[in-house]
Amino acid sequence: MTPAALVQVEGLVKHFPGERRWFGLGRPRSVVRAVDGVSFAIPAGSTLGLVGESGCGKSTTGRAMLRLIEPDRGRVTIDGQDVLALGARELRALRRRMQIVFQDPYGSLNPRMTVRQTLVEPLAIHRIAIGREAERRIAALLEEVGLDPAFEGSYPHELSGGQRQRVGIARALSVEPQVLVLDEPVSALDVSVQAQVLNLLADLQARRRLTYLFIAHDLAVVKHIADQVAVMYLGKIVEHAPAPALYAGPRHPYTASLLSAVPVPDPTAQRQRIVLSGDVPSPAHPPAGCPFHPRCPHPKKNDRCRTEAPALREVTPDQRVACHFAEEPLQPS
Amino acid sequence: MTEPLLRVRDLKTYFVTEQGRGTARAVDGVSFEVQPGETLGIVGESGCGKTVTSLSILRLIPEPPGHVRPGSFIEFEGRNLLTLEPRELRAIRGNEIAMIFQEPMTSLNPVFTVGDQIAEAAIVHQGLGRAAARARAIEMLRLVGIPDPDERVDHYPHQMSGGMRQRVMIAMALVCRPKLLIADEPTTALDVTIQAQILELLDRLQAELGMAVMLITHDLGVVAGSADRVVVMYAGQVVEQAPTPELFARPLHPYTEGLLASVPRLDAPPAGARAGGRLHSIPGQVPAATAWPSGCRFHPRCPYAWDRCRAEEPPLLDAAGTGGTGPGSHTVRCWLLTEPRRRTPAPRP
Amino acid sequence: MSVWNWLALGGAAVVALAVVAEARRRALSGPRGRRFFRHPTAMPGTFVLAFFVTIAVAAPAVAPYPPYYQIDVVHPDQPPSVRFPLGTDPLSRDVWSRLAYGARISLGIGTLAMVVAVTLGAAVGAVAGYFRGSVDAALMRVVDVALAMPRIFVLLMAVALWEHLPLWVLVLLIGLTGWFGTSRLVRAEVLSLREREFVSAARALGARSGHIIFRHVLPNAAAPIIVSAALGIGNVMLLEAGLSFLGMGVPSPAPSWGNMIADGLPKMAVAPWSATFPGLAISLVVMALNAIGDALRDALDPRRETA
Repeated sequence: MTPAALVQVEGLVKHFPGERRWFGLGRPRSVVRAVDGVSFAIPAGSTLGLVGESGCGKSTTGRAMLRLIEPDRGRVTIDGQDVLALGARELRALRRRMQIVFQDPYGSLNPRMTVRQTLVEPLAIHRIAIGREAERRIAALLEEVGLDPAFEGSYPHELSGGQRQRVGIARALSVEPQVLVLDEPVSALDVSVQAQVLNLLADLQARRRLTYLFIAHDLAVVKHIADQVAVMYLGKIVEHAPAPALYAGPRHPYTASLLSAVPVPDPTAQRQRIVLSGDVPSPAHPPAGCPFHPRCPHPKKNDRCRTEAPALREVTPDQRVACHFAEEPLQPS
Repeated sequence: MTEPLLRVRDLKTYFVTEQGRGTARAVDGVSFEVQPGETLGIVGESGCGKTVTSLSILRLIPEPPGHVRPGSFIEFEGRNLLTLEPRELRAIRGNEIAMIFQEPMTSLNPVFTVGDQIAEAAIVHQGLGRAAARARAIEMLRLVGIPDPDERVDHYPHQMSGGMRQRVMIAMALVCRPKLLIADEPTTALDVTIQAQILELLDRLQAELGMAVMLITHDLGVVAGSADRVVVMYAGQVVEQAPTPELFARPLHPYTEGLLASVPRLDAPPAGARAGGRLHSIPGQVPAATAWPSGCRFHPRCPYAWDRCRAEEPPLLDAAGTGGTGPGSHTVRCWLLTEPRRRTPAPRP
Repeated sequence: MSVWNWLALGGAAVVALAVVAEARRRALSGPRGRRFFRHPTAMPGTFVLAFFVTIAVAAPAVAPYPPYYQIDVVHPDQPPSVRFPLGTDPLSRDVWSRLAYGARISLGIGTLAMVVAVTLGAAVGAVAGYFRGSVDAALMRVVDVALAMPRIFVLLMAVALWEHLPLWVLVLLIGLTGWFGTSRLVRAEVLSLREREFVSAARALGARSGHIIFRHVLPNAAAPIIVSAALGIGNVMLLEAGLSFLGMGVPSPAPSWGNMIADGLPKMAVAPWSATFPGLAISLVVMALNAIGDALRDALDPRRETA
């Protein structure tokens, strides 16, 4: 990718050990390959949408980048700095550059802390501001995320889902990060509120020149906000392309079926739905060969798919696809 | 017109709040009808009363704190469900009206096999013997598209994936061939590819069994693909009701209009935000059920609201005169219908 | 007992009532307080506890005699009368006076030992639950072993090995043998809390583990800690009574409700009052604490929070 990328992830791997033998002291019975060699780069000021169904490893990827989960292998750099090599002290410094917003606006705020206490905490941890200066910053942050300063003294349970999510965003912004990992930030919100928060995120990005990793399962939401999109399946990226190219001409059959499965609020739309059969296999026992082959509707699916895992390779100048047949365009959905 | 299968009139379900001070008017005068064999979509955001409405139909509202107000009327094939004896009600629940819920994980009993759970309703309502009930359970599993039904019938819920469990839930609901299936957010907890499977399954089963479906969802995309008619709810009331193509082509209530405009769409031009395009959003929050706004309940968030909206609550007005549909088929709870010229392009935030 | 003592006793009852009324007035402004007082035994429980605490504090005013005072040799085993409202014991000491002073010791030991136990239990539970892995495994195995040992025998052994045990050591010992259950409770709570996203958010912000445990985890685990403390005080009081009754606890002549029973027991047939009244006092206070613990459990249950 371009050397100008602010965030670079190379060959990220995170395997979770399954249940261990011998009262939790022996070897694990099986290994869940949550993230299995993920690479991408995000240029400064742009958004990468990381899309996939539950269990595909997209959230684990986001958390491993921040070292909320320690990855097993791989390289994560931000502005050239190797994140995974940092000691405890430098890691704390890194926290100021990279922040995270969570999906669940109920679970991501401490129920016993007021909005003000929640926002004072990061300022105190990083000794950014205290006293009146802290008050001033909190007021400015609340205004920036579109929350009435009157809510400063409120507890999370007194706020609506959208308001809580705004507090979560303000908390992440309080340390003035360059990179935000947005882990399904609007999935738990109602449609009308979801639109408000998406607009807010777009405004913040423009104003603060933020770089986003936007994790989501909803391709329509990602289309609205992302510059590039990476689609994950069973711990691997199966397609990675600029958003317009990916939405106009998906080349991986999984991307195509995901796109066709999204319900469109238009009863007159004549769409050919590709309904995948079966469920996502367990990441503890991924299929041999191409991980998608048991569900793949591709007409040319053959024995090679069952035995040989396709590599993620550049098919067109921007579009990288992990499918043996990616050279031939799929029928647009 | 045929006699409706289900007729809900002026349903009011209130809850006494924990504080004991207020009353949450969760459902506040809801009326609609379900025709035999049709799919009625009920759409709304959280707190609009759509789930309480569906629970009220089967009288599954916990009392206290909830209660259905006198004057409410729920008629199923000519019988008022609200005045039935518990015994008569049980004969309808799970037999003539069945329900499926959002969370397939918690709606199945973990200590019984899925076969036992599917067979239960058949044993209770139709007096089938053990062997016959088991055969019926296998047949139902096959109907809902579960592979190897002979084997799966003896599995426990935890041995199945989320999509499979939702299929089992559907099999349980349909085992007595109900005339009405109430599906409360049946696909919300599922991934998109699984959601597509389940929606297709529901479509197919409805065609095969000829039942009516009440599809409750927050997702306009889901109703657009599946429903014949749509009821839009806001703040405990029906605000708009129309045949699906009509509603999406000609949304008349400002809430419906705003909701449709705020959905991020796959069929929109690409990279909207990057191109400077913003999603339309409805300002403000859904009000609390203990304090609905006066007048029209949507007026604090409505771009068109004027004095009358603040003072006077609009009734459901017939919009048939302004469109191409028959009388009563498109109704809207909005004063704009009386003064259409006020629908000027509103300032978009 | 003089008029002043009776007045003081009446005063204590009034104070206890006032405390209950004030607590209720304040509690009713919040949903938790309302849930607390909705519990049928919360009011009487709070009153009984407040009453005994007041008596313990005001012992010099409500008791006509010092607790060690032997009135004279002709007054042992006097039945209850106006002068000796609860009678006198075999050593001709006023039972009521000893009961009032004994409340100080019994309630004090119960509270202090519980503070020790809860602090330790919360600390161990929080560390085990937060750090998990081998730390957790090691600590919890220790707890398993400790819970398998009968507590009263451990205490009896310690006391038997140590002559003239100072009171504070007894308190410490009771506390040190009483934290295992609490630590398990807290660990379970912390295990689920640490998976909550606000804890991840604090880690992402660069907060240190200690800060996260004290600021984010423990305050949200407070409910089970408080409930187990309330129920635990009663337990400790029973334990102290048992030890004292066996002559291994609070040494005579200092009055504790346990050794008062022991003192009165030989004359149970002719003068039942000197053993019965302290027994009654223990039962009342323990029941009151259980009632309060139950009501607290209802009040603090987070599952009711959003309802």
